[in-house]
Amino acid sequence: MTVPFYNRRAFLISAGLAGAALVHAPGQALAAGLAPTRSMRGGSNNYRPGAPLVDNLGRGFFVRGKVLRAGDGAPLDNLRIQIWAATVLGGEREPRNHGSVLTRADGSFELEMEQIVPNFGQPHAHLAYDDGRFKTVFLRPVMPSAKDTAVSADFVLQPA
Amino acid sequence: MRGLLIWGAVLALMAVPVAYAAASPLLSYRGGAYIVGGFAGIFCLALMVLQPLLAAGYLPGAGGPRGRLWHRWLGGMLTAGVVLHVAGLYVTSPPDTLDALLLVSPTPFSVYGVAAMWAVLLTALLAGLRRRIGLRPRLWQQVHAVLALVIAVSTVVHAVQIQGAMEPVTKWGLCLTVLAATGAALLDLRVLKPLRRWRDRRDTRPGRA
Repeated sequence: MTVPFYNRRAFLISAGLAGAALVHAPGQALAAGLAPTRSMRGGSNNYRPGAPLVDNLGRGFFVRGKVLRAGDGAPLDNLRIQIWAATVLGGEREPRNHGSVLTRADGSFELEMEQIVPNFGQPHAHLAYDDGRFKTVFLRPVMPSAKDTAVSADFVLQPA
Repeated sequence: MRGLLIWGAVLALMAVPVAYAAASPLLSYRGGAYIVGGFAGIFCLALMVLQPLLAAGYLPGAGGPRGRLWHRWLGGMLTAGVVLHVAGLYVTSPPDTLDALLLVSPTPFSVYGVAAMWAVLLTALLAGLRRRIGLRPRLWQQVHAVLALVIAVSTVVHAVQIQGAMEPVTKWGLCLTVLAATGAALLDLRVLKPLRRWRDRRDTRPGRA
């Protein structure tokens, strides 16, 4: 039996195209590997660019995280992460609550500061990468409990 | 004596949560505008216990026309309190307040606060203009009842989700009191009373037993 317009070549072409589409469409992220972190709502609120590099902003509370490159997930070292939050020293606009740290060789960073306190209804921190080499990202992690003494947020950055 | 007890109980239900909030350690980390704005909200929540009780005339010595007059005054105070609440928060953090007003805030409770704010402002506007724009009294009563319910429910949903100066247990107590007072007054004034009126009319109609 001969079915018109249906032969091995047609089958291979259509199957190939369908396969390519399958790999390509949802596979965009797969092929690209680790997806970049998107900025969070309200993440940039009360941002003051150029927070100074500091050893710490106080004692007892830790803001931690890791910075990786989108795609291959390689750790990014020596990048500046800016951090601010409402603490026992005052609100988010208090200059003593703003500081920056550099990432280590494994992409990790940590800033010790005063205890973060609930502000505008939620205990949360603000973190920013905003130095141009990669696309800017603002994060606003919320602490599960106001009694927590650490909060963490990770960045996956894509080239600007 | 009984009147004094009722007033004492109501005022205590309002005052205890406010006193707990005033003792919050968070206040020492906050600026003046934040404290004023926050407490404007807390005072409004407390006054929302009185508001339906005055409208329904449940409070001794404040029944009938006098209760409704006080209800009107308190309505003005609540409106001013809402404005002060938003203004104090705006001075403290303009971006957070604008996010809330534009409904793009990351905090889930903001949208309920904004809903309650618009319902309060609309109520105040209609209360002030209803005669001038010829709003029929019966229609005004129904609109006011719906808005009051929106205000009470959204304010409570707003308040209970906030981690702030209010102490959780007393905050829940105050919120449940507000819901109970609002629910009782609305049920009484807008469901049972019209039902009774309708039944009386039906029963006194000629030709009916």
